Formats: sequence, C-alpha cells, structure tokens
Amino acid sequence: MLRFLIRRALGALVVLILISAITYGLFWAVPRDPAMLSCGRDCTASALKIIHHNLGTDEPIYLQYWHYMVGIFAGRHFPVGNCPAPCLGYSFDESTPVWPIITGRLPVTISLAIGGSVVFLIVGVGLGMIAAARRGKLIDKVATTLSMFMYSMQIYFLGPIALAILVYGLHLFNNPAYVPFTENPWGWFVGLLIPWAVLATIFVGAYTRMTRSLLIEQFQEEHVKMARAKGMSTPFVFFRYAWRGALSMIITQFGMDFSSLLGGAIITEYTFSLQGLGAFSVEATDKSDLPSIMGIMLFGAALIVIFNAAIDACYAVIDPRVRLN
Amino acid sequence: MSTMTMPAGSPAATGGEAFLSVRDLYVRFSTEDGIVKAVDGLSFDVQRGRTLGIVGESGSGKSVTNLTILGMHNPATTTIGGEIVLDGQELTGASERQLQQLRGNKMAMIFQDPMTSLSPYYTVGRQIAEPFRKHTGATKRAAHERAVEMLAKVGIPQPAQRVHDYPHQFSGGMRQRVVIAMALVCNPDLIIADEPTTALDVTVQAQILDLLLEMQREFGSAIVLITHDLGVVANTADDLLVMYAGRAVERGTVEEVLRAPQHPYTWGLLGSMPSLTTDVSLPLTPIPGTPPSLLDPPTGCPFHPRCRFTEHVSGARCRTERPELPDGRGAACHLTPSQKAELYAEDVAPALGEEAVEAAADAERAADAEAVEDQVPGSTDSEENEQ
Repeated sequence: MLRFLIRRALGALVVLILISAITYGLFWAVPRDPAMLSCGRDCTASALKIIHHNLGTDEPIYLQYWHYMVGIFAGRHFPVGNCPAPCLGYSFDESTPVWPIITGRLPVTISLAIGGSVVFLIVGVGLGMIAAARRGKLIDKVATTLSMFMYSMQIYFLGPIALAILVYGLHLFNNPAYVPFTENPWGWFVGLLIPWAVLATIFVGAYTRMTRSLLIEQFQEEHVKMARAKGMSTPFVFFRYAWRGALSMIITQFGMDFSSLLGGAIITEYTFSLQGLGAFSVEATDKSDLPSIMGIMLFGAALIVIFNAAIDACYAVIDPRVRLN
Repeated sequence: MSTMTMPAGSPAATGGEAFLSVRDLYVRFSTEDGIVKAVDGLSFDVQRGRTLGIVGESGSGKSVTNLTILGMHNPATTTIGGEIVLDGQELTGASERQLQQLRGNKMAMIFQDPMTSLSPYYTVGRQIAEPFRKHTGATKRAAHERAVEMLAKVGIPQPAQRVHDYPHQFSGGMRQRVVIAMALVCNPDLIIADEPTTALDVTVQAQILDLLLEMQREFGSAIVLITHDLGVVANTADDLLVMYAGRAVERGTVEEVLRAPQHPYTWGLLGSMPSLTTDVSLPLTPIPGTPPSLLDPPTGCPFHPRCRFTEHVSGARCRTERPELPDGRGAACHLTPSQKAELYAEDVAPALGEEAVEAAADAERAADAEAVEDQVPGSTDSEENEQ
C-alpha cells in the first residue's frame, strides 16, 4: 500500500515537471514579447534590452526555465521586485508576485467549487440512482429528460436568468457576492447559493446520466445477478453490489471535475462577478500578463495531477484488486 | 417409466414426486422489434437427487427458463404463462419477497463465468456468508465458520486462510468452486447450473462436474444442468431435455436420448460434436442454417427450415402443424417411430461412428417390433424405448 502511494506520488511529480516544461515552452512561443508591451510607443533597441534584462528574459530559455523552477522552491529576486518562495513568476502588470494573487483569489474559487460540488453530487448522483432503480418508470423518464435539458444548458444563459428572476424579479436574494466564511458563514452561504445552483446545473445533467448508465451496466454484471440469485434483498443488491461497482467511475469523474473547478470556474465567476481564479485568468489573458497566465496554468495543472493521485489512492481503498497489485 | 415423465395436468399420476415441476411455461419479452417468444410451452420435472440436462444452441431458451424459475426476469418487459411449482409452492405468481426467501436457500444458481460471478469488492468468505446469514439468521461468527466449512467442502486448500482472500486471488477453477460453495451454503434442494464449466479449462471441467455430483450425493439436491455440450451431459445428467427455439423437442433419460435420439435436431447436435472415440476421418456435419428468430418463429415445427427429413412426412405437416412432445420419452417430430429409428440408423448414425451404428440398429429393431405390435403409427408411448 505504501509502495503504491510512493510510486503514484513519484509519477505525479514527473507529470508535473513535464507539464511545467511544456507550459513554459508555450509561454515563450506566444508571439507577444512582454518587454515590447511595457516598452511603450517610442521603443528603442537599448530600452528593450534593459527591460528584457529586468524581466530576466535575456537569458537562454532553458536557463530561464531552470530559474523559474528553482524559484518555485527557493524564491527569486527580480530587478523589479522580490518574489519569495513559492515563486510562480512576477506579474509586471500588477507589480507583484503571482503566488499571492492566486492565494488571494483562491478562497472564492474553493468556496464555489466545494458548494457547487456538494449540490451536483447530491442532486445529480441521487437523481441518477433513483432513475436507475426505477428504470423505465415515469420518474426515470422525467429524470432522463431533465438531465438532458440541464446538460445542454449554458451557465452564461442560465446565470443571468436566475439573477433576473431571483434577485431582480422576486427579490428573494441579494446580488451574489463573496463573503469570507470565517467572517460570516451565513452570509457566505446565502451569497453563493445562486452561483452554486447555476454551476451545479450543468454538472447535474452529466452526473445523472453517468450514474444511471453506470448502475444499469452494473445490474447486468454477473456478480450483481449472483447476489440476487443468493436471495439478497433488492436494496442490499443495489447498494452493496451495483453501487459499489459504479462508485469508482463516479469518483474518477468527480476528481477530474473538482480539480478543474479549483483551477477556476471561469464562466461562473465571470457571470456573477466573483473575484476568483477564473476571473483572474480572464483578466490576465486580456492584459497579456504572461507570468500570471503561466502561474495559473501551472497551479491548475498541479491541482489536477494531485487530485488524480488522490483518486488513485481512493481506488486502493475501494478496489482490493488495485490494493494488492 | 422414465423418472422424469409425468402426464401434464395430473401430477398425482406420477410415480416419483417431482421437486420442481414446470408446466406449459411461456416466457415472452416485449422488445422494440416485437414480442420475443423466448420459451414456448415448456414442461419438465426434476426429482430430488437427480440431474436434468438441458441442451440446446444459444438462444434456445435454456437460460431464460432458469432465470424465470428464480423469478429474476424483468417484470416490466416479460410476460410469463404456465406454472412453475417448487416443492408444492407455485412460483409464477410469487411475490419478490417470497422469491427472495427461496433464492439461495431452497434454490440456488451457478452462473457460467466464475471470473465475473463473484464481486471483486468483497472477500469470498463474506460473499459465501451473506446468504447464510440472511436465510438462517446465523451470527456473523457462525456464518464465517460456515464459509470456512463450505470452502473446505468444495476442495479449497487452507480454507481458514483463503476465506479472507478476494476473488481475484483465485484461479478460474478455484473461483468456480467458490461459486459452488456460495450456491450450496444453505443446502439448496434445487441447484440450477447455467453452463458451469463452459468458461473453464477442459482439465478443470471434469473436476467441477465431479464436485457438483459429489455435493448432490451429500445434499440430495436436484440439479438442472444447462449446457450446449452433450459431452458434459453424457457424464453428468440422468435425464435430458433438448430445447430448440424455446421449445422442448426431445426428452428421455440420457442413455435413451444419446443411444437412440429421435429428433432430427438432436441428430444434428450429435453430428456436429467432435468425438475422440470415432475415426478421425469422419467429418463433422454441422446443422445447416441458423437458429430461427424468436420474434417470428417458423410455423409448424420450428426446426423444419433446417431439417433434412421433411420429405418423409406426408403433406406439409412440418410446415403447418406443430408436433407435440409426448410425455415421457419422445420427440416433438412428425416422423413415425419406425421412420425415426430407420432414418437415424441409415442416415445419421454412420457419421457418428461404429458404436452409434450398433445402438441405432438395436433401436430400429425395437421400434419395428413396437410398430408391428400395436399398429398405432405415431404413438410415442414412453415404453417403446425402455431398455
């Protein structure tokens, strides 16, 4: 078990290094020179050279990458400012290191991701389970149609409608806003309720469909039939056998979705003007703030890799076949 | 009187009492393409301590019949007719709760593929103990001990340790032993084995069949053995039912059916089976054509489109009139008993080797004597092939 986890962690590290190298490479493949952007209209060759030196972009790319990687662990010093570890680069637009910006925005994104996930897991998986258990019945048809509808929804369409009805029409809610959980838990909850619901909607559709089809697939499995043939009760067969088999796939999908949500729910944040990582990435892209984009990309990639490793560790708990290999 | 015979509708008239009695069973599935007549008027009996082999091609309704006996069909799409009586209890109208009390307890099922019929997520001990706890109300500890005892019974070495292992830690043959232990944990009176050896190595097959028979001797259970392999049936079963297109086309004891088969379909099955005892130069003769669609089965005898012997029946009876399967020994075929014996002896047996020729000659003589004796052509009384 320990060996499995160590092996998995090492694998994750290799993937992260690869991702960072590729991201860094792409960063410099962009046909925009960050030095040109800050150089202004009357740019001379010598001025450009000075800016390049300040940005650290006058070195060969492999050296730059090396400095970048070392900076993550040891911190860096730019002529324009200090960047303590973990240094994910220095945003020249914001005149501040990228890491504090990310951590500053993270609580909004985490709140959005956790709340939204709770909603879509409970509603989506629950609806899928009901649909599978009552396959072919009215409730199954309603759930399937509903999930199809929700699956084809768009947040930028649903969000404004929810705002128009719930906030401006019926005045049931205030305009969604982020209040730190530590300051006012109730305010945090109420302020994010509409974004959670809207964000969850598209996932609910996907999770309902996935859960339903996974369970129905499991019902056809011989060991599930065998459990029935042993005389076990319908709920027992459903939860202990069929559900158990469907669980690992649902966890896999959830791990992927959750980690990508942590990287920033761009459209949701933008729709509800929440200042999370997603909104930050849009702003950074808008301003061609390459160090910030690089930092967010690497951070998001790291999250996905870490969550994947965590999912694999979960498998080891769920599935004895993985545990022993 | 063959042990599995019983005049339809009058169970009192039988010699031995049937533990499982299936009468005129109809199973129909409604699908998008129409109604599939998966089982069409099937009747058979099984006694305690005896083994009934059910043989037929894929899609002949063997497995459906047995899932129906266990009540594991989908009630939304399946219509059931006829009756299934297990030890005096009618099963076709039984509630899911009643069936749950019976499954794994009075009747147990062994599935085809031991690689998939055990859940990978739980230890074998737990999977064996589950039905025991449910049906006997035993404590966890008692059920665990019972699981160890069952593993020992089915020949798993070091059962006290292996009971904690997961299915993937067992080989295929060992897994099928575990499945058998799981099926037999409550001493069921009826065991339905659906191709229990098909997925196993040939060397392991015999071991598993031996184990089944050994368990049968110990518990006195009735076994329904579904297979497409006549070799398996020959060594294991007492009685034999040949199914085609959802109907029983021939029945008798294994001895009777294999020595003097009466239905052209059975002849075809025998002809397409390789044998180690016959001359290697004898070619296999496959049955021409494919099994019929059960959405729209052929009129009359369902086998007539593939049958080589329809011209021996006067008129177009094969096409228009459905032949009945007589109670007891017999075949659902319009050929007269002496025609059957003659055609088998002359046309079919030579391709099956010398032994078959001799047996066929005996059967032909017996059939001729019978025909002369009572002069009732078409009578297929069960005595006629008594040996």
